[in-house]
Amino acid sequence: MLEKALDGSKTYWAWIIFLLAVMGVGSIFYIIQLQKGLMVTGMSRDVSWGFYIAQFTYFVGVAASAVMLVLPLYLHNQKEFKKMVILGEFMAVAAVVICMGFIVVDLGQPQRMLNVMLYPTPNSMLFYDMIVLTGYLLLNIVIAWNNLHAEWQRRPHPRWLQPLIYLSIVWAVSIHTVTAFLIQGLPGRHLWLTAIMASRFLASAFCSGPAILIILALIAKKFTRFDPGREAIRILSQIVTYAMIANVFLFLCELFTAYYSNIPGHEHILTYFFLGLHGKGALVGWAWVMAGAGILSLVILIPSRFRNNQDLLLAGLVLLILATWIDKGLLLIVGGFIPNPMGAITQYAPTGYEIMISAMIYATGLLILTILWKVAIGVKKEIGEA
Amino acid sequence: MGSNRRQFLRIAGVTTLLGLGGGITLSASSYQPEEHSAREKEARLHAGRWGMVIDTRKFQTEEDFHRVIEACHSIHNVPRDEAKAKQEIKWIWADHFEHVFPGKENPFLAERVEQNEFLLLCNHCKNPPCVRVCPTQATYKREDGIVQMDFHRCIGCRYCMAGCPFGSRSFNFCDPGPYVKDKNPDFPVRMRGVVEKCLFCYERLEEGKQPACVEASNGGLIFGDLDDPDSHIRQVLREKYTIRRKVDLGTEPSVFYIV
Amino acid sequence: MYDAGKILIGLVIFLLLLTFPFWYSLGQASYESPELQLPEDSQECIRDTEWMRKNHMQLLDDWRDTVVREGKSVYTGSEGKQYDMSLQKTCMDCHTSKKKFCDRCHNSASVEPYCWDCHVAPEEVANGQQ
Repeated sequence: MLEKALDGSKTYWAWIIFLLAVMGVGSIFYIIQLQKGLMVTGMSRDVSWGFYIAQFTYFVGVAASAVMLVLPLYLHNQKEFKKMVILGEFMAVAAVVICMGFIVVDLGQPQRMLNVMLYPTPNSMLFYDMIVLTGYLLLNIVIAWNNLHAEWQRRPHPRWLQPLIYLSIVWAVSIHTVTAFLIQGLPGRHLWLTAIMASRFLASAFCSGPAILIILALIAKKFTRFDPGREAIRILSQIVTYAMIANVFLFLCELFTAYYSNIPGHEHILTYFFLGLHGKGALVGWAWVMAGAGILSLVILIPSRFRNNQDLLLAGLVLLILATWIDKGLLLIVGGFIPNPMGAITQYAPTGYEIMISAMIYATGLLILTILWKVAIGVKKEIGEA
Repeated sequence: MGSNRRQFLRIAGVTTLLGLGGGITLSASSYQPEEHSAREKEARLHAGRWGMVIDTRKFQTEEDFHRVIEACHSIHNVPRDEAKAKQEIKWIWADHFEHVFPGKENPFLAERVEQNEFLLLCNHCKNPPCVRVCPTQATYKREDGIVQMDFHRCIGCRYCMAGCPFGSRSFNFCDPGPYVKDKNPDFPVRMRGVVEKCLFCYERLEEGKQPACVEASNGGLIFGDLDDPDSHIRQVLREKYTIRRKVDLGTEPSVFYIV
Repeated sequence: MYDAGKILIGLVIFLLLLTFPFWYSLGQASYESPELQLPEDSQECIRDTEWMRKNHMQLLDDWRDTVVREGKSVYTGSEGKQYDMSLQKTCMDCHTSKKKFCDRCHNSASVEPYCWDCHVAPEEVANGQQ
């Protein structure tokens, strides 16, 4: 099947070469970071995790693209998703690879990475995160690849995959929960120490993952004429809308708890985000863009009249992705470190190195996605499903 | 024919993997660690749980702080790079009351408390969150209560820095070597990409000596066994009112302050 | 067999690449063990030379775990003599030069242990004191 990725148009190859070029340029920056150490980043003694870990957190959410199709299809027999489910599963594969990439570039001693397996430590949440992410990656590869292979040979889906598919649904919940547990159980980090952190992770994952999937599927449709089906997009955008409502609701719960209780530790970071604190407020602009984009996306997505119009749907989804990305891929991780344990404020901004190295990982993910989707759509066309 | 080639490649792949895996295992198991003949030093000081009392009344002048900090940083090869204050490395340092005890400040603090600085170092907590989160056991609690670090094993994920609510941990953002003046040949330097912090001078306790800061403090720091009711430190704790940092977080710091 | 020609050419290229080290060193001088500077003041190591040559890396690896993690730092050698288990304090006390002892073999065997990224070599101390 893989040979289908070798047979493409000029545009396809130009895109592949572009991605390889970005990976190449980014890897030069990564080599410099390896030699000099993390001093080339904007991270500091106080803000000791930054852009890398924030991207990791966001892309764990993006991996939810699969489960929001698999669950309705296999548990509720939502047949409309039959054609599209493979795209969601392959996107989850790319997203998990991106996650792992961001973890590796964030390590101070990446060559000792396997110490995590050599000295397994069940009291560390990172240990479980390694297990659930690797497991989710394997589950999606095995399920998607074998199903596609069966379709290609015009045979029914193998029966032995059935239990794995049900397992993958539960497993998807576990990756968001464990990643939230990574930060929500730390004493003294007020922004993170909240029991609804895992719920927030699930809500934001279930809206941002499928939202990105819809946009990418529509782009693929433009280039390959592979139509995932109007109904599939319509139902999926409904799911996205409800998940975003839950996501915004949970965020407002945090605001209420902090300001009504009037407890300084809970207030400080939110005030820093939206108004600035002690004369410092590097993220104020971002926070308001997040708020504006989030509200506007709901205004567009909630009325079905707007949502069922493809142009408006696209606008709504882009705004939603922007809002959720600022929330989880920018503010959430950095916010755990502000103010620092002494109550002082150290600000953080990513450096050019962090941006370029992140671009390298994004490009790697996109390359994997492109190749897997090329294979999937090629097979679907061959068997006459496209 | 096509499926035969597929099968052949599969078998070849699996065989290669098995061969490589087996080879590595075999070569690793060829060394027999000889009859384990290692033991502790005779002079080593023992305790159920090491702890420290900081008598802040004895730290008034800049010189009082400098002497103690210098004693630690010079023997432990702690790098100093003024240009990179945000990424600096600290084992023991000083700060104002509202930073050392956030939440305990009030608008009408006694002048002496408000103006003075206070020493800060790793609290060697009884329930250390840094140990709980470390994915490789590079940081762990010894039997005598010291929260120890194994620099050889640290992967530099900095989870412990997120876990520590006291800001006691520093990360080597760059190679510290060039920033250590007059290296102490009896103690290692660190490499870039690992976390470090105060280790309660485990290497001095082993030789029967008190921690370097305690020795340099002229009685301002009292070090001893918190589990031993007859120890000097317990006597001090019985007689003087002491506070600890952020007790509400449940980490049970082993460093006490007489304010 | 499909593509027999291509496969055979591929196999030949693969074999040539695989055996490249043999071609490359053909006709070059054979390997000679580097000459090491031996300690002047002391006659015996903690174990015999042959054993140390073969096992010093595992021994040091063992030591670092025993010392750092178990807090046991006294080693009893084969002769019953006791040593402080420390690279900087014990090994380098006799072997006073990293360059003329450690590096000679490591360089000629292309091994790059990272002990010295952290541990202070005797040369560094000498330079620092000047």
